[in-house]
Parts: sequence; C-alpha cells; structure tokens
Amino acid sequence: MTPELKGLLLVSIIKLLVVFTVTMIGVALLTLMERKVSAWMQYRLGPNRVGFGGLLQPAADGIKNIIKEETFPGMANRVLFMLAPALAFIPALTLGSVIHWAAPLPVNFDFTLPLLGRFVHTGLMPMAVADLPVGILFVLAISSMGVYGIALAGWSSNSKYALLGGLRATAQMISYEVAMGLAVVPVLLLTGNVAFGEIIRAQQVGGFGWFILPLFLAFHNFLVAGFAETNRLPFDMPEAESELIAGYHTEYSAMKFSMFFIAEYTNMVTVSAMVTTLFLGGWDIPFTHWDETPGVLQTIATGGMMFLKVFFWLFFFMWIRWTLPRFRYDQLMALGWKVLMPIGLAYVMLIATAIYLIENVAGISSGLVKMLVLTGINVALGYIVFMVLDRGLLIGGSRERGAASGGLGRRAA
Amino acid sequence: MAIGVKVMKRPAKDVSYVRATLKGMAITFKKMFEPKVTMQYPEEKSAPESERGAWSISPRWRGTHRMLTDEQGRSKCVACGLCPQICPANCIKLVPGEDEEGHRYPLIYEIDEFRCVFCGYCQEVCPEEAIHVGVHYENAEYSRDRFVYDLERLSSQTHPVSTLWDPTDPKGE
Repeated sequence: MTPELKGLLLVSIIKLLVVFTVTMIGVALLTLMERKVSAWMQYRLGPNRVGFGGLLQPAADGIKNIIKEETFPGMANRVLFMLAPALAFIPALTLGSVIHWAAPLPVNFDFTLPLLGRFVHTGLMPMAVADLPVGILFVLAISSMGVYGIALAGWSSNSKYALLGGLRATAQMISYEVAMGLAVVPVLLLTGNVAFGEIIRAQQVGGFGWFILPLFLAFHNFLVAGFAETNRLPFDMPEAESELIAGYHTEYSAMKFSMFFIAEYTNMVTVSAMVTTLFLGGWDIPFTHWDETPGVLQTIATGGMMFLKVFFWLFFFMWIRWTLPRFRYDQLMALGWKVLMPIGLAYVMLIATAIYLIENVAGISSGLVKMLVLTGINVALGYIVFMVLDRGLLIGGSRERGAASGGLGRRAA
Repeated sequence: MAIGVKVMKRPAKDVSYVRATLKGMAITFKKMFEPKVTMQYPEEKSAPESERGAWSISPRWRGTHRMLTDEQGRSKCVACGLCPQICPANCIKLVPGEDEEGHRYPLIYEIDEFRCVFCGYCQEVCPEEAIHVGVHYENAEYSRDRFVYDLERLSSQTHPVSTLWDPTDPKGE
C-alpha cells in the first residue's frame, strides 16, 4: 500500500466512525425529540423523568429494548424473520456515508507509525465518508433496498397485519421512487452533475443560488416523496396503527423492533440531508462567499449550518406528523401516480425547455438571472398547482368516484 | 368500489388541501408554546374539592372504605349486619360480638376491596354512619392479600369520606 492510500484509509475510517456514532446518537435523541415535539403540540410535557428534562430517556429505552425478550411467532420463517431488521437497518445507515456534512477540510499530514508505516494525506478532504461521483444515483439505488427489509419482515412474520403492511410498504415505496427520481431530474438539469459536491457548488452562485426557489415544484415533490419513502405520516400506510396494529413490525419485539425504528429515523435524517443538499445548498451559508475558501473555521461553520438545516427538516417531519391525519391507501397511490408523477414529468420537460431557451435562445449565461427567470416560472406554476388544481387532484379519489357513481349513490340514499 | 360518495360543492378555500395543511401547521406550531396541561403526578395530586386546586376530585368520589370511630377511638359499628346484607358484591365479612353491657360490636369486619364495586350502598345503609367510602384513590400494594382491609386498617384511615349523592338535594347544596 502506498502511503497516500493508507492516509486516505485512515481519514476514511475516522470519518466513518464519526458519522456512524453521530448518526446513532442523533437517532436516539431524535426519538426523544419526536416525543417531545408531539407532546408540546398536544399541550403535554413529554418524557421528563429520566435525566435532565428527559435527556436520558433514549438510553433507558435502549437498555429496555436490549434486555427484553425476543419473541418469534410460531410459524414464522426464522431466517427471514431475523434477516429483515438487518436488511432495513443496513441500507439506512449506508446512506449517511455519501452526504456532505460540511465544507471540505484541508488535511495535510505525513507521519510514520511503527509497524504500519508511513501515512500521507494532502489537499482537501471532502466531509463525506465516501465522496462518490455517482452521488444521488447511489442514494436512489440504496434507498430502494430498504424496502426488502420491510417486505421480508411482513412476509416472514406469517401474520395478516404484517403481510398487509409489508405489501403496502412495497407498493408505496416503489411508487414514490418514481416521483422522487423525477423530482431530482430538474436539479441534475441545472447542475449537469450527479455528485453531491458539484450540486452544492452549483448552488453557491451569487450568494443565494439555492434551488428551492428556482425549482420549487421539484422541491415540493421531492419532499412529499421523501415523506412517503420514509413511511412517515401522513403516508405511514405500512404501519397504520389503527388499521394494521403496527404493520410490518407487528410481530417484532426488543432490539429487532428497535432496529426498524432506528432505520426509520436514520432514513428521516437521510431524506432531510438530501432535501438540504439538493434544494437548500447543502452546507452553504447564504449571502456570503467566505465559506467557499477551505479552512478549519469554515468547515466548522458550514457543519453548523448543515446541522441547522437538517435539524429544521427533521422538525418539519415531526411537525407534519403531528398535524396531518393519515391518507387513505387509494389516495396515497393516486397522489403518487396521478399527481406527483405527471407533475414531475411535465415539470422536467418545462424546466428543460426553459433552461434551453434561457441559455441558447435568450443567450443569458449569468447564473443569477437564470435563477430569477426560473423562480418566476415557478411562482406561476406553483400558483396553478396549489391554487387551481389543489384538492380535486392533490388528494384525488373521492371527487372522481363521486362523479362516476354519484347518481347511484343518490338513488341509494 | 361502487359506494356512492356524495360530494358537496364547497368554495375552493374550504376544500383546498394545501391551504388546510398550512393552516393546520400554523395551529400546531402555535400550540407548542402554549401552557401545558400535564399534571406532574407524584408531585401534584388531585385533591378533594374542599381543598380545590388546579386538580380536584369530586366529593362524591367513592373510593376505598373507611370506618369512623367515636371519641374513645372505638369503631362506631354496632354490627347490625345491614352492610353485608345490602352489599351487591358480597365483599363485606362481618362477625358480630356482644360485650358485658350488651353493646354489639364487630368481632371481625373485613372488606375485600378487590370484590368491592364501590357502589356506596354500605355507607348509605349504615344507621350509625360508621362505614364510609372514601375520597381516595392511591391504593397500590405489593401483594393481593393486602387488599382485604380489616377493622383496624379501616379505622386507621384518615382520608376524607364521600358525601353520597342525595336524591332530595341532587346538586349537593
């Protein structure tokens, strides 16, 4: 091994450990935050007995889950039953490795250790465990792996509720993958690259080039699809307490259940980080170019910025969860296939055309002007989608059905 | 599905999903900062209405029993046998005794609080106003046999007693 390779391995291992630890602790604290936020929104206090203000509640939960009895349903397929939580857990944690958590840090060292030899690292170190050139494609690929865990959990439990939950999860996640993919395309059109580093760089144009405004509809679709992908309310069909007990993890207990739980919250973190990276400029601090020159201070500041943004989206997830009721299953599917997908497709076409017209016909090369023009287009489109189409399409189902069988219904009444 | 759903014609502002969502989110966000209603139970407790605080229990609450005593500290019970007679759950065990002066008193008086349905008939029927249901709700014990209250235990309780509902004075004035 060359000293450079060893140096790269060393920093990668350090980053891996840091990201893994922070994710696990963060997820534990997120469960507490979820309970706190839900409590506050319902005039309650939430857990406040264990530790200061309930801060040790996740630790208590963890200990409880580890020492609890593991139960197996009588006719369950043991192998798959054991495998499913891992299959949900591993892809969820894998995704954290490609996200850029802060501005690249200049790391230069050259030292020799006994036995291990010489370690060399020069230049910028991207603050992601793996700065993959395929970036977003990797995320789309791995995130759809998570569905295996849920589907297998449902299948192997040998329980009606779990099976239905698993089936719903499969259908839902595959459907919304389409919407999610289509929502990403406009971002790729603007950046011309799938690597996260490049996507963030493309959003630093003129201080505030975040894609949230020029690509508002894509952002909205991505967010909705993200909620569906993580099986969070209002799209938590796979769990649906009131209908399916707990859906796919009905039969799970102790740490195996906990792993599904961790996977869900890790996915939340991933989606939050993805929304941040794709549409909110990642670690970019708005209205300043100071953060683009590499340095230790910049890395810390941008890391804080990234944390704030991700934190906001995590809060947003909880906020939505404790505001909206669950969709009906057919509404969910209708929203995915009949609303998000056509809107996504049309939007890709529109943005592609607009970018072509701006760049080649109008001949504008300034990034800022391009963003402004696209923002204008989005305001108009947003008005049409949210003000004109709104209910009839956004949660379709009842109106169309009412129109189709309205006469019958009235006669029956 | 051939279920006819009647769709009302409503103004757009009432059926808009996005606007309703935003409105809901504004409400939940506002609620986060409003005063909480949680009672911090072991520290704060519901008190009988006479000492009414933020949390109160009704003076008509029928909880675990209490036997009242006279000035000498003896129970007021004269072992007339009316309460085991009227008890619908058959949870009162009474063995009467008589002293040299001819006063009847209970040799054994036990109430099985697990069998009790807390109807309050025993208090209602008692001619001596001896047995009462109490305004009390903290009854946890470590073993089941601790729930058979004997005379000594019933007499040593100090919690307030229930003022039963009086049909002639339904509002309790």
